[in-house]
Amino acid sequence: MAMKSVAKDAGAKAVGEIFRVAGPVVTATGLRPRMYDVQFVGGEQLMGEVIQIKGDKTIIQVYEDTSGVKPGEPVLDTGAPLVVELGPGLLGSIYDGVQRPLPVLQKVMGDFILRGVKSPGLTREKAWKFVPKVKAGQAVGPGDVVGSVQEAKNVEHRIMVPPNFRGGKVAEVRDGTFKVDEVVARLDSGEQVKLHQTWPVRKPRPVKERLMPTVPLITGQRVLDFLFPIAKGGTAAIPGGFGTGKTVTEQQLSKWCDAQVVIYIGCGERGNEMTEVLSTFPKLEDPYTGAPLMDRMSLIANTSNMPVAAREASVYTGMTLAEYYRDMGYNVALMADSTSRWAEAMREISSRLEEMPGEEGFPAYLSARLSEFYERAGRAKTLAGLEGSVSVVGAVSPSGGDFSEPVTQGTLRIVKVFWALDTALRARRHFPAINWLTSYSLYSQILEDWFRKNVNEEWPRLRAWAQRTLQEEAELEEIVRLVGADALPPDQALTLEVARMIREIFLQQNAYHPVDTFCPPARQFKLIDAIKKYSDLGQKAVKLDVPVKDVAGLKSRELLTRVKYEAEFDKELEKTLAQMDEEFKKLGAA
Amino acid sequence: MPKEYRTITEIAGPLIFVEKTEWVGYGELVEVNLPDGTRKRGQVLDSSKEIVVVQVFEGTAGIDRQSTVKFLGETIKLNVSRDMLGRILSGAGEPIDGGPPIVPEKRVDITGSAINPYSREHPAEFIQTGISTIDGLNTLVRGQKLPLFSGAGLPHNEVALQIARQAKVLGSNEPFGVVFAAMGITHEEARVFMDDFERTGALKRAVLFLNLADDPAVERLITPRMALTAAEYLAYEIGMHILVILTDMTNYAEALRQIGAAREEVPGRRGYPGYTYTDLATMYERAGRIHGKKGSITQIPILSIPDDDWTHPIADLTGYITEGQIAVARDLHRKAIYPPIDPLPSLSRLMDAGIGKDRTREDHKQVADQLYAAYAEGKDVRGLVAIVGKEALSDRDRKMLEFADRFEQEFIRQGHEEDRTIEATLEIGWKLLATLDEAWLTKVDRKTLEKYHPAHRGPDQEVAA
Repeated sequence: MAMKSVAKDAGAKAVGEIFRVAGPVVTATGLRPRMYDVQFVGGEQLMGEVIQIKGDKTIIQVYEDTSGVKPGEPVLDTGAPLVVELGPGLLGSIYDGVQRPLPVLQKVMGDFILRGVKSPGLTREKAWKFVPKVKAGQAVGPGDVVGSVQEAKNVEHRIMVPPNFRGGKVAEVRDGTFKVDEVVARLDSGEQVKLHQTWPVRKPRPVKERLMPTVPLITGQRVLDFLFPIAKGGTAAIPGGFGTGKTVTEQQLSKWCDAQVVIYIGCGERGNEMTEVLSTFPKLEDPYTGAPLMDRMSLIANTSNMPVAAREASVYTGMTLAEYYRDMGYNVALMADSTSRWAEAMREISSRLEEMPGEEGFPAYLSARLSEFYERAGRAKTLAGLEGSVSVVGAVSPSGGDFSEPVTQGTLRIVKVFWALDTALRARRHFPAINWLTSYSLYSQILEDWFRKNVNEEWPRLRAWAQRTLQEEAELEEIVRLVGADALPPDQALTLEVARMIREIFLQQNAYHPVDTFCPPARQFKLIDAIKKYSDLGQKAVKLDVPVKDVAGLKSRELLTRVKYEAEFDKELEKTLAQMDEEFKKLGAA
Repeated sequence: MPKEYRTITEIAGPLIFVEKTEWVGYGELVEVNLPDGTRKRGQVLDSSKEIVVVQVFEGTAGIDRQSTVKFLGETIKLNVSRDMLGRILSGAGEPIDGGPPIVPEKRVDITGSAINPYSREHPAEFIQTGISTIDGLNTLVRGQKLPLFSGAGLPHNEVALQIARQAKVLGSNEPFGVVFAAMGITHEEARVFMDDFERTGALKRAVLFLNLADDPAVERLITPRMALTAAEYLAYEIGMHILVILTDMTNYAEALRQIGAAREEVPGRRGYPGYTYTDLATMYERAGRIHGKKGSITQIPILSIPDDDWTHPIADLTGYITEGQIAVARDLHRKAIYPPIDPLPSLSRLMDAGIGKDRTREDHKQVADQLYAAYAEGKDVRGLVAIVGKEALSDRDRKMLEFADRFEQEFIRQGHEEDRTIEATLEIGWKLLATLDEAWLTKVDRKTLEKYHPAHRGPDQEVAA
């Protein structure tokens, strides 16, 4: 993997000896390493990272199972931190937490993950057609694009001068077909730009300037886009007890969001879920480009039974990949499922270090780590002057479904969008089970302009109306609970009916229905507008003493519940609206 | 021949501390010999040049500083063979049925390795359990891990047995077997399982690992791993479809907590160690299917949740790892409804892959969603009735209320030996849905409604108002 090249580049700087082994935490003596430098532990050379230094003792978290490892075995210090390889071939790949390609591991080790196997993150075999974008003599700086490779049908992979280069004039640039470790450009500074670069995962990649997010990340999910939108470069958290649909939501976003590149981190979650992504995504089409969805994705899979230290590293691996594509000027969406498992990995390592625990046994630095991670998101002007973004959506799995626990709270302090998944809604089969009363988006104001210009001028007004109606419903329900539905005046009884329509027709969305799974903003607007129209006509009718029961029982209302499943949405909606007019006319309210 | 040490410096709970040893591998198997000739087994939990910490499976009772310790140079292994079928083994993998020792075809490390996610095949084969609430609303598929969330005094064992008896994949004659791991359950409970296996002839194709309530608690940590190792061998090397029943995971977690406390680890929620999630995952994740392998492992762990509190760490952490859960509910049990499976808190995450056209029936998903929604609404109305009385109910409320009652009596309730086909289950579903207004069936699309709704099928049936 990436490490092999590090070991080769740096050579084994020093050799020490194991003093103690306690699960994934190994103590070695006789080394003088730097914090977070990579070590190879024991006879099988298991990969690990320095996480504490105490006098002569170096404490290492090991990314692989340590069963059978003994004191006295050697430890190799590579003298370099954990890095990933960045270059063409990342998309369409599936990696473990430290960027070892799982298909390669399968070839070497069989169906089960054994240990001590190294494999580079990018294949050395494949050759890529490189098209230069600079000429000899041209000055290039760190982050500048020297050429490109067509990585997937719709993704042009821009080959950049690594950010840690000094830069200079291009002495030579080559045209042709290259493998990832070949040089494509030489600078007069003596630096050589290869088709791939490496970057330490724990260090954010630099940008020229941070920009405010102003464009929404369209997800095709009505409750998200319409009520609680996330911006490109924004951060969102999806907390929810088990079974409320965190993973389904993450997968829906990966499928339908309008980012050019999606990085999906399966962090300490189920193996079968990763398999689901692997088996379904290649068959799905990107709704924006028509290319297979897998072409724009890179998966990091460190399932719950894979080594816990690698789980800790996996979120950083994923983030570094995301930043790399941002640096090319792309909008990248990063899905982290689940950040709680990452936090638990921190807790486990911390407890093995016998550190003084903070809340619920989590280390005291938990919220600092969460903040550092989410701060790597954002919209930015890259070193090359392009505009790119990394949006982060982190699932949170609060223990006992209790949002007051430290990971949820630490996350909410930093993210701007909160999609609260609700166990009660799940029990009612209201999907996505996102609670419309407790969720929020701090971007909704900033993004209003965009929706007004690009979808409909009325978007903010309808949004406010829908939210008000839902809020009113919650209040009215309190009353109904006390005195019964009969006691409500007709206009309020109708409001309850309308709120039910908003919930059932608009907010509920079937992720498994071929049409309903993805609802573009224009269609979202038409649907909510139709409900608003029904509401307005209904209120008129009620004022004319038409019983609420008659308004609620109209055929057009039933048609409206089914229109979102129609492939011919516009045509069916028009028919429904026409029928609505007619029926209300009969009631004397048109 | 490994050296014997007489250098125990400390004995605390299930742990012994040994010093001045040769260098010992982490996780290595240990043999402790007591002066009276007793032999106990243990495992290295922490190994340094200064001191080695060993956890003793049979408990430390009787161990003194004169006892000797031998490090066996390998991690814990299980002898596996196809001759295991029909055998009853102890929680530590030794035969206790009076039969001969198992002649190993292979010795396998019981910790197991993670299946490479890339090698996994997505589970999609419908297992018909013959229980409507499972088949209809929370479908089980081959390779899934679906626990029973239950509580003290509920008939989870009967439900598990009924599943084990009736489970089949339609149109398939592939070899099927059961691996049963008991952790800390009583002799009586174990007896029920063994008798039922014997009565139905299932014992011939079952392997039983028994760690009973009076067996050492620490042994519970290896019992499920032994069972899963046997299951993996039978599934991936012999090619059988294995159903693994693990009961009771609560006792397992208690044992884990006991070890954590003995090691003076920082406790997490309710005293369970911070790594409980990872530890449980290393067992539950051993369910699955692998590309190119004939067999599969389907897991049904049973949890008796303390005080029926699902936020209890054992239930909570399990729910985050398993692909759903089957809720054995106390209120249904009190109404004498068997099986008392409450569909509302139950969930099967892999259901969608296993149902539909060519698997069960094309209307399955929509019927299931609609039944759920209606039953949930009916139950809500029940709560309302308690406050405002039946008079204040709307027509819809009244019908939903009636629906919920009939749903419990006709759909949920069935006999211990009643093996319903999936068609039978769906038909009961439609019959109940037909009592509601068609306009309320918002989860069903027009086409499906017209094809399957009883009112649209029989010419003599009236169209619902």
